[in-house]
Amino acid sequence: MLGRTLREVSAALKQGQVSPTELCQRCLSLIKKTKFLNAYITVSEEVALKQAEESEKRYKKGLSLGDLDGIPVAVKDNFSTAGIETTCASNMLKGYVPPYNATVVQKLLDQGALLMGKTNLDEFAMGSGSTDGIFGPVKNPWSYSKQYREKRKQKSHGENEDSDWLITGGSSGGSAAAVSAFTCFAALGSDTGGSTRNPAAHCGVVGLKPSYGLVSRHGLIPLVNSMDVPGILTRCVDDAAIVLGILAGHDPKDSTTIQDPVKPFTLPSLTDVSKLCIGIPKEYLTPELSSEVRSLWSKAANLFESEGAKVIEVSLPHTSYSIVCYHVLCTSEVASNMARFDGLEYGHRCDTDVSTEAMYAATRREGFNDVVRERILSGNFFLLKENYENYFVKAQKVRRLIARDFVNVFNSGVDVLLTPTTLSEAVPHTEFIREDNRTRSAQDDIFTQAVNMAGLPAVSVPMALSSQRLPIGLQFIGRAFCDQQLLTVAKWFEKRVQFPVIQLQELMDDCSSIFENEKLASVSLK
Amino acid sequence: MATPMLRWCCPGRRWIFAGIGGGSRHGRGVPTGSTSSGKKGQSSVAQQPLITAQKPRKGEREWAAVVGLEIHAQIASNSKLFSGSQVDFAAPPNSLVSFFDASLPGTLPVLNRRCVEAAVMTGLALDCHINRKSLFDRKHYFYADLPAGYQITQQRLPIAVNGSLAYSVCVGKRWSQMVTRTVGVKQIQLEQDSGKSLHDNLRSQTLIDLNRAGVGLLEVVLEPDMSCGEEAAAAVRELQLILQALGTSQANMAEGQLRVDANISVHHPGEPLGVRTEVKNLNSARFLAKAIDYEIQRQISELENGGKILNETRSFDYKLGCTVPMRDKEGKQDYRFMPEPNLPPLLLYDSGSLPTGADPQQVIDIDQLRERLPELPRVTREKLVRQYGMLPEHSFALLNEVGLLEFFQNVIKETRAEPKKVTSWVLNTFLGFLKQQNLAVSESPVTPSALAELLDLLDRKAISSSAAKQVFEELWRSKGKTPAQMVAEKKLELMQDAEALEQLCRSMLEAHPQVVTDVKKGNPRAINKLIGLVRRATLGRADPTVIKEVLERQLSS
Repeated sequence: MLGRTLREVSAALKQGQVSPTELCQRCLSLIKKTKFLNAYITVSEEVALKQAEESEKRYKKGLSLGDLDGIPVAVKDNFSTAGIETTCASNMLKGYVPPYNATVVQKLLDQGALLMGKTNLDEFAMGSGSTDGIFGPVKNPWSYSKQYREKRKQKSHGENEDSDWLITGGSSGGSAAAVSAFTCFAALGSDTGGSTRNPAAHCGVVGLKPSYGLVSRHGLIPLVNSMDVPGILTRCVDDAAIVLGILAGHDPKDSTTIQDPVKPFTLPSLTDVSKLCIGIPKEYLTPELSSEVRSLWSKAANLFESEGAKVIEVSLPHTSYSIVCYHVLCTSEVASNMARFDGLEYGHRCDTDVSTEAMYAATRREGFNDVVRERILSGNFFLLKENYENYFVKAQKVRRLIARDFVNVFNSGVDVLLTPTTLSEAVPHTEFIREDNRTRSAQDDIFTQAVNMAGLPAVSVPMALSSQRLPIGLQFIGRAFCDQQLLTVAKWFEKRVQFPVIQLQELMDDCSSIFENEKLASVSLK
Repeated sequence: MATPMLRWCCPGRRWIFAGIGGGSRHGRGVPTGSTSSGKKGQSSVAQQPLITAQKPRKGEREWAAVVGLEIHAQIASNSKLFSGSQVDFAAPPNSLVSFFDASLPGTLPVLNRRCVEAAVMTGLALDCHINRKSLFDRKHYFYADLPAGYQITQQRLPIAVNGSLAYSVCVGKRWSQMVTRTVGVKQIQLEQDSGKSLHDNLRSQTLIDLNRAGVGLLEVVLEPDMSCGEEAAAAVRELQLILQALGTSQANMAEGQLRVDANISVHHPGEPLGVRTEVKNLNSARFLAKAIDYEIQRQISELENGGKILNETRSFDYKLGCTVPMRDKEGKQDYRFMPEPNLPPLLLYDSGSLPTGADPQQVIDIDQLRERLPELPRVTREKLVRQYGMLPEHSFALLNEVGLLEFFQNVIKETRAEPKKVTSWVLNTFLGFLKQQNLAVSESPVTPSALAELLDLLDRKAISSSAAKQVFEELWRSKGKTPAQMVAEKKLELMQDAEALEQLCRSMLEAHPQVVTDVKKGNPRAINKLIGLVRRATLGRADPTVIKEVLERQLSS
């Protein structure tokens, strides 16, 4: 039952094949079994069971609230949840219990969804590995898949398999792992530079970044307000469309959401792609791209072409400037957004009582990790009066050029762009931490962050397993507010490639041993 | 009879008609030498010459002072600029704080339509160009009563620019010599107010009240077109009246709804402007004028003694009457301005550009607001002068006090007395009583109808003017009685019986032959004694002019 998609399990609930409480308990027990993945920061067991109970009553009365009624979901721990601790994986917000729900959380709850818990991330979503939060790194469920383990057995003997686990990517790694490991049917992530799509690709799930302005950010603790979008992680494209249909629309509490009403939609099953024009941006063919991803990318292009779609090479000439501009704009907004964490109204406060200024300094030193502090520092540098024109304004201008690149391509007749999501498959944690957070983020966001600069919708769809038997995803980028068209293409692609299901059966049966082995490892990490 | 102005000598009000020293008559912003030599910090504003430069000694050059103002007016609105929290000056601490006001992470600003309308109306009233597109910015600084660590303001592209404000000041020693001056309005921007910090030095702690955090402010930036405290205070007073007429701000300085920062510099005319200082948080008109004049004198003395003016922020110590540097503002602040990413550009429309089919709740039509503009104080005053033949300064006086104009108009409506008489009674007697007891017009025990009736009695000579004063005093003391009742009770009506008066006069002449002889000898003052005696005999109820007539007739017959 847990291996099913959201749509399937929704149908099962409606038909009475399973009850919400039963479903909830199974997920809770799997969450416990997979605790070593570190996907959840908080498991809201009581809340979920109570919600399940109420959902069950509704089903008994035949008053189901819709497709999401009784469906277990998880939410990244940077969305405010009323009465449930929301930490952003930071000491700064440890123990902070928001008094209100983010609009997207409220919308899920209003539909009867069961909130299983809050998922792990990089501190304040700053990172691309889900390795840099105070609760330790998230482990990629594929590290424990039958597919990957068997492959590794063939290659190396005697090596400790469990110490060489893989990262999930990030920063929404907890949400991706939670969906991938069947502990919930959909999860919310956030996507500022690729934080939903990147872990989706590494964990073999669908990761949707909707158009900026389509989904409310109210209650999402911001990283970069002008780029943040709530992301959706599911096991298939249809599920992502269902969740998007529920979340999309104007929110009076977020002035940047579109005013036009959004109608709920179901994705058509595309049979004919001959009228479709797929663009392949040549700038995305970088030397750092792994050969495996590159060959899958061209395979995908060929697939479209062989089915009659027009596939053309296009140019997004300002791509190479994107990362550095992203860095300037992101850190500037971070410096601004983080100014509120001063220990006065909420969150961590140090013991110093020498002066207000000393209290601020100590609170912020204790509350933020190096990554956050570094971004605050550079952001404030860029915003200084003497630097503002040279950095911030220039970056904004280039941002406009980047956005224009996309507009030009779409105006030339391209419907959807096809690109890699990540440079390669997920790497082992030991390898990942050889580089610092900043280098990693710059590398890993390469194919994803330009989309955030332009506010476009994009989705990462798992395509195939690598030679290591690890998932590789490709990214589709659509026109602004053409999320539905984008997902329709993604759905067609998903059906063609038939990405294999993760085989975790062995893990489920044998999790106790892993659990013990892993305990020490995770404690030693901070 | 006292001039009406002398009645306004309560602190904080007299400045508006304070005299101006001779010098500044020669031109705005270029004061020449003053003949007066008030010592700084000593004299009250009214006595201090408007001219701020010192009299140049031989061979010395003149000084000119340049004053610009930044005025923060709290917008009169039910809720805050970006949140739904209520706005109430008197609420218990931290009782009006939304999640956004406390800067809880994840909360977003939502612009209050009413505040935008208030800004547009104020802009229109000040002849500003209203920007069809304006932007919001974040201004960063750490302070305990600024929860987000930044203030949302309009630094780059404000809602209104390039306006002007006309105000009047008196020149010369006579009140009636009023001149109108104009100060440029550089811009009007919408921004958030901060919370309040209360420093408890005893327990060395700071208490924060966030009720005010996020309340909408209009920052009105006045160009440095003023040259002394007097002008600045008059300009602020006029702005205050305009805001109150518009209803866009209550603009009560004592409640902090109107706060003024002044930028001040001095230089020699014809030379570049001097280094300026900023005097912050001037919370009363009197201190505003005092602080500016003090600061001008300080800068002149400093420069004449070979010192330098630092570009610094100072505050006014109202106890010592001087400005002092503000410690916590010593270091140069870099506010690291940045566009507010959570608010799209603020777009305004006029009847020509209004998108068809737009939801009226979602758009603001400038032309519609222009039509709704109430009469501005300047126009009201002009009307009063025209309609009632009033002196301009009287029209100022009527508008200066909340509710006074309405009171005046109600009296006028109900009485046959001359408007001049009414003006005099309202501005002298009525306002004088109010001031004496520190009452607002609305708290007056005398109603407009009662005063109207009293003036009617006076008008048809039923009572003498001294009796009228007496009746007024009675009315003030004992509510509920009509003037007619008072007159009857106290027997104050004038003697209408001519025969009786004739007899009384005749007997008075008979009883005082010596005085009669004096009169006949040609002593003109002697008759006054007789008049006084007759008046006393009538208990003050006879009109002295009539008595004089009768006596003169009898004496010459």
